[in-house]
Amino acid sequence: MIEIAHLTKIYDKSKRALRDINLIIEDGEFVFITGRSGSGKSTLVKILLKETELTSGRVTVNDVDLGRLKRRHIPKYRRRLGVVFQDFRLLKDRNVYENVAFAQRVIGASGRMIRESVPKMLTLVGLSSKYKYYPHQLSGGEQQRVAIARALINRPEVLLADEPTGNLDPQNAEEIMRLLDAINRQGTTVIVVTHSHELVDRMKKRVVTIDKGVIVRDEEEGRY
Amino acid sequence: MRIGTFMYCLKQGIVNICRNIWFSLASTAIISACIFLLCMFYSIIRNIQYMVFTAETTMGITIFFDEALAETEILEIGETIKAERAGQIKEMLYVSAEEAWETFQTDYFGENMALAAGFSDDNPLAGSASYEIFLKEITGQADMVRYLETLPGVRRVNYSNHVAAGLASFNRILAMLFGAILAILLAVAVFLISNTITVAAEFRKDENRIMRLIGAANFMIRAPFVVEGLILGLVGAALPLTAVYYLYRQTVEYVAAQFGILSGIIQFLPIHAIYPTMLGISLTLGGGLGFIVSSVTIRRHLRV
Ligand SMILES: Nc1ncnc2c1ncn2[C@@H]1O[C@H](COP(=O)(O)OP(=O)(O)O)[C@@H](O)[C@H]1O
Ligand SMILES: [Mg+2]
Repeated sequence: MIEIAHLTKIYDKSKRALRDINLIIEDGEFVFITGRSGSGKSTLVKILLKETELTSGRVTVNDVDLGRLKRRHIPKYRRRLGVVFQDFRLLKDRNVYENVAFAQRVIGASGRMIRESVPKMLTLVGLSSKYKYYPHQLSGGEQQRVAIARALINRPEVLLADEPTGNLDPQNAEEIMRLLDAINRQGTTVIVVTHSHELVDRMKKRVVTIDKGVIVRDEEEGRY
Repeated sequence: MRIGTFMYCLKQGIVNICRNIWFSLASTAIISACIFLLCMFYSIIRNIQYMVFTAETTMGITIFFDEALAETEILEIGETIKAERAGQIKEMLYVSAEEAWETFQTDYFGENMALAAGFSDDNPLAGSASYEIFLKEITGQADMVRYLETLPGVRRVNYSNHVAAGLASFNRILAMLFGAILAILLAVAVFLISNTITVAAEFRKDENRIMRLIGAANFMIRAPFVVEGLILGLVGAALPLTAVYYLYRQTVEYVAAQFGILSGIIQFLPIHAIYPTMLGISLTLGGGLGFIVSSVTIRRHLRV
């Protein structure tokens, strides 16, 4: 469960990126976070990832109090989250298989574990036939699937997606959303930041809308 | 740590080196230069010490006695010394006045023995009977001399330490010279390694950012760079070590062949006598330099 209470984030000077945010996301939920550009959506994601410090308020993710999380415990904490971004952030010099295996390798997983779980994950995201391809040989949608596979390979409790379809055509975007939905049905909490109206409207999920750093709407089966 | 993880870090370290081969080569070369210099210095110092040592033990300590003393009394004192200092003495020779004179003649007049004939039966070295003592350990010389000087009937104790003293100051000058060059080279080495690591980190910027998001331990993020530094350092040590090994043997052979006449004075230590220490020092310095400089650089560069 993610609990956010009275969260405020000020970057510099007195400009507030987030103001008194209160939000509870239950385990296994699928939540859209929408809002105009500059409204503070990515800031919220960064706070959840502990990439940036919150200014005031309280944020707990599965019983981890982020305000009190020690620096040296950040890596372990991050392993419990998966993230994907608009720009995929794949390793260009490594093929699909290696990109996914990388996430396990760098947390010290065994070779056997990697050989077992990577092919399974590639099958789940529908890329098992392209495991030897390099990122530049893939479409945007396929690249995002690799990024999702990488985010999921360490079995995170929560998947954070910051504008995952921002660089994709509508059809690829639709497919990625369906994949995220499938992942959510298997029990992972999924939080998707987007400003795609059609997708949000079609998925009929909980929608939280932020405007100028404030939550202005929070509806089940909401619309943009 | 798992074998797989270790191999992964090792591989990434090698990838770092290959990606950035010119910087890596430059770093290795400068480390090699440092260590080569150090090995040379070490070889020279050790050999000088060894030569001084051999020279001093061959020269021995000479004891002259009061002229009034009869030969029997001198021999008696000799026995006392032999008995009291048995543990330190390798060899002890009695040189009678006649023998001293004969040696002197051969040494100074050589083939022109006729020149010495002028002295005929009149031994100018009468009263110069002496004992010559060769020690097992030259380090015990000072103590031995002090002991001998206290003995009654002993007129003079001759021993050589100006060779040692002279060479000690020579060593000091040599050490300062080498030290200065070494310090400059080391500074350049630190600078180059640090730069190499910085460039490698630049190459991996995106990757490191992704690693951090995935939750890779800091150790994992730094490992490739530390491995890189370590390899540069160890290779940088291995090259001069190999070179010095052959060079040293060549030199010893060459000098033996060219200056065979001096073989009594120029006595090189056999390679196996100095190589283990040289190997230890070099690998520690090379590996340590690579490890420390890369660790510090990467820690600063990737500060979260
Ligand atoms: N690192 C930063 N330093 C200063 N201001 C920032 C930083 N990141 C974001 N901001 C500001 O915070 C506000 C919210 O940004 P962001 O969370 O990226 O919005 P969104 O993702 O909704 O487009 C913006 O006004 C942006 O300029
Ligand atoms: Mg954003």
